Amino acid sequence: MYRYDSYDQAMVDARVAEFRDQARRRLEGKLTEDQFKPLRLMNGLYLQLHAYMLRVAIPYGTLDARQMEMLADIADKYDRGYGHFTTRQNIQYNWIKLEDCADALADLATVEMHAIQTSGNCIRNISSDHFAGAAADEVVDPRPYAELMRQWSSFHPEFTYLPRKFKIAVIASEKDRAAMRLHDIGVRIVKNDAGEVGAQFYAGGGMGRTPMIAPLIRDFVPIDQFITYAEACLRVYNRYGRRDNKYKARIKILVHELGAGEYIRQVEEEFAHLLSVGVEPPTAELERIKAHFELPEPLRLPGQGAGTPLPSGGAAESGAPGQARGGAFDQWVKRNTHPHRHPEYVSAVISLKPAGGIPGDATSDQMRVVARLAREYSFDELRVMHTQNLLLPHVAITDLPAVYAALDEAGLGAANMDTIEDIIACPGLDYCSLANARSIPLAQRISERFAQTGRTSQVGELKLKISGCINACGHHHAGHIGILGVDKKGVENYQLSLGGSEAEDVALAKITGPGFDEDGVIAAVEKVTDVYLASRTAGERFLDTYRRIGMEPFKEALYG
Amino acid sequence: MSQNLGTSPDEVQFRFRDDEPVDHGTVTVDSALEQTNAAAVRIEPGDDARALLPFLDRLALIEVNFPGFGDGRGYSAARILREAGYAGELRAVGDVLIDQLSHMRRCGFDSFAPDKRLDEEDAARAFATWENVYQRAADARRTIPEKRHEA
Amino acid sequence: MKILTGNDLRTGAVTWWDGSSWSLHVNDAVDVGEDAEEILAREVAARRVNVPYAIAATRTIDGVRPAHIKDRIRALGPTVRPDLTLKPQDPQAIDWVI
Ligand code: SF4
Repeated sequence: MYRYDSYDQAMVDARVAEFRDQARRRLEGKLTEDQFKPLRLMNGLYLQLHAYMLRVAIPYGTLDARQMEMLADIADKYDRGYGHFTTRQNIQYNWIKLEDCADALADLATVEMHAIQTSGNCIRNISSDHFAGAAADEVVDPRPYAELMRQWSSFHPEFTYLPRKFKIAVIASEKDRAAMRLHDIGVRIVKNDAGEVGAQFYAGGGMGRTPMIAPLIRDFVPIDQFITYAEACLRVYNRYGRRDNKYKARIKILVHELGAGEYIRQVEEEFAHLLSVGVEPPTAELERIKAHFELPEPLRLPGQGAGTPLPSGGAAESGAPGQARGGAFDQWVKRNTHPHRHPEYVSAVISLKPAGGIPGDATSDQMRVVARLAREYSFDELRVMHTQNLLLPHVAITDLPAVYAALDEAGLGAANMDTIEDIIACPGLDYCSLANARSIPLAQRISERFAQTGRTSQVGELKLKISGCINACGHHHAGHIGILGVDKKGVENYQLSLGGSEAEDVALAKITGPGFDEDGVIAAVEKVTDVYLASRTAGERFLDTYRRIGMEPFKEALYG
Repeated sequence: MSQNLGTSPDEVQFRFRDDEPVDHGTVTVDSALEQTNAAAVRIEPGDDARALLPFLDRLALIEVNFPGFGDGRGYSAARILREAGYAGELRAVGDVLIDQLSHMRRCGFDSFAPDKRLDEEDAARAFATWENVYQRAADARRTIPEKRHEA
Repeated sequence: MKILTGNDLRTGAVTWWDGSSWSLHVNDAVDVGEDAEEILAREVAARRVNVPYAIAATRTIDGVRPAHIKDRIRALGPTVRPDLTLKPQDPQAIDWVI
């Protein structure tokens, strides 16, 4: 894992001091709310429905036990004993006081954490594949490249007042577990035929009110020009992105209106210019960062093991002798583990989706349990997944029974990864000041219903995503089933859509037709799964069936 | 006919240059392209700073206007001018606030004429916020990655 | 009736204008009639409230009821965490919101 040196630490400390000063000036009336707002946002502080909300960055979703424990302490000390993990691998606290915020940030800084650029019209926290460094199918670990970008984008003097927010994801495998092409810039680290590492760039993706899939804008950027190319992409956007209309200000609109070809031409021109100026960090810097991400010694298996899938049933059968095993454990292993590059290890998903629970929420006690498990069983490493779950990336298969027992006891043992219970839901109208409708109660009722009827495992992989407004923080456009909350004359109403995907088979969901009330949309989700179960052929996921049979049969069942 | 606009030297609150300030008004980018004797020009957010590149030699003052602090195009304009070798005064004018000063400085601004005078103490603190910086910009500062790998 | 609401500048807590100060309880809210703009400007300048605004509400036998669901949720707290609302003991409180 990356560790701060004295420079990184000084930057974060300086930021805390700067924010403390800004908050003071706000409280003294030297800054108006209009002037203060962008400053607090750049430190992740929102004003939500009930209180200020603080969003803390978890760069590329990686953290250690000590950091998770600090997140728990902050929940207890400054908030109400819990936190909410988000689709961008961050954590949000819902009840932070402005007058306490600088203290909370100072506490975070003691464990190399911060809230820098988790909001505002700047380059946001960089996200990545949650299995990075562990996945059997990756070309390299994408996180060093994400870290290089994190440093480059932190307090970037030119790109702090962009037309709109800017989100970057970095992955390094064919499989896309980070919704890469739905980001403002998506990067895939690749190797060319000569075996050299480079970066493939996609630009202009995004969700929100005008969802778009990012087109490829460059197939291969040599890695020693990586930052320069990113800088060129950003400069063209900063200069020409629309500023007349907030809803048309994201880079996706610029790329769309110019056409990808013209955007590429302008970026290439700027890139050539910047290469002559020289903005790339020294190549030794990437090497320095990479050294931080070396796998722990027992996990290193050069040449062998990589790519070996988990022997089927192997994990479930290989608990330490004498440890209790049973149906629930087997289920959990089957559902919630992912092949590791080392054949004797897996990555284990910690579901934050108990049936009837609030997706992504964890109590401070649960965070401490997870931290302890990371320390004991996962080389002191944890991940936050974009699906609002947590992950122990490196667990020995023989440790799984012990891990499961501890998780289960803490209410974290739901075996439902990628099922219809594993719902992504934004905070919605229960917390968010922009919301049109509540998202969480829907997620609670749907997961409870499917868990009770035992239908979850029957339906298998089905990604259900709920947003409380058009901003799409719940990624509804990318859901196999998506639900969008709208305001129908002051009453909550829900639009259903089908067929989206955020993975390598990326697609945008299509709206089924007229919206539903809360009960209606829950019934509609059931009907849609009925159609799937009746129509699927062997091995087909919901999404596959939808793609094969199209929207009509579903419409017929819903409105016919 | 070009109209004189721009800030006067009295309105400049912070200046990091030793030369005498230009004491006449600025003209728009469009007029500067026609008027070969203009030595001071003012860039608005929508203007293309690169249009000035052929004339940089004769310019002694370029003002970059920030009508609203949230419009960040002026930061790119400033860097582009410095990257092209412009060595005259580069003045940030308009809605220039405390918390933008350090970034503006890094993008190459060396004078500041805010609409509303800023608290001197707060501004001094703001200019000194970053002891070190991560990325290359228009200032000559050695970056953190460079310092890390100094021989 | 027309009432004023905002968030406390320091704590962020939801507050309601009660005629002389800002209360945590929507039932303390008073009808401000034509005076909304004036009160808002004064209170923002005094930094006693952050981003306040005027909303429509009705007075019922149970108290003051904001017209929009969003402000009713603000008045009570998150419907999915009754324990964190202003009425943690009252299981019926959520029904008032909807
Ligand atoms: S999608 Fe809308 S309601 Fe949900 S968190 Fe985002 S802004 Fe709020």
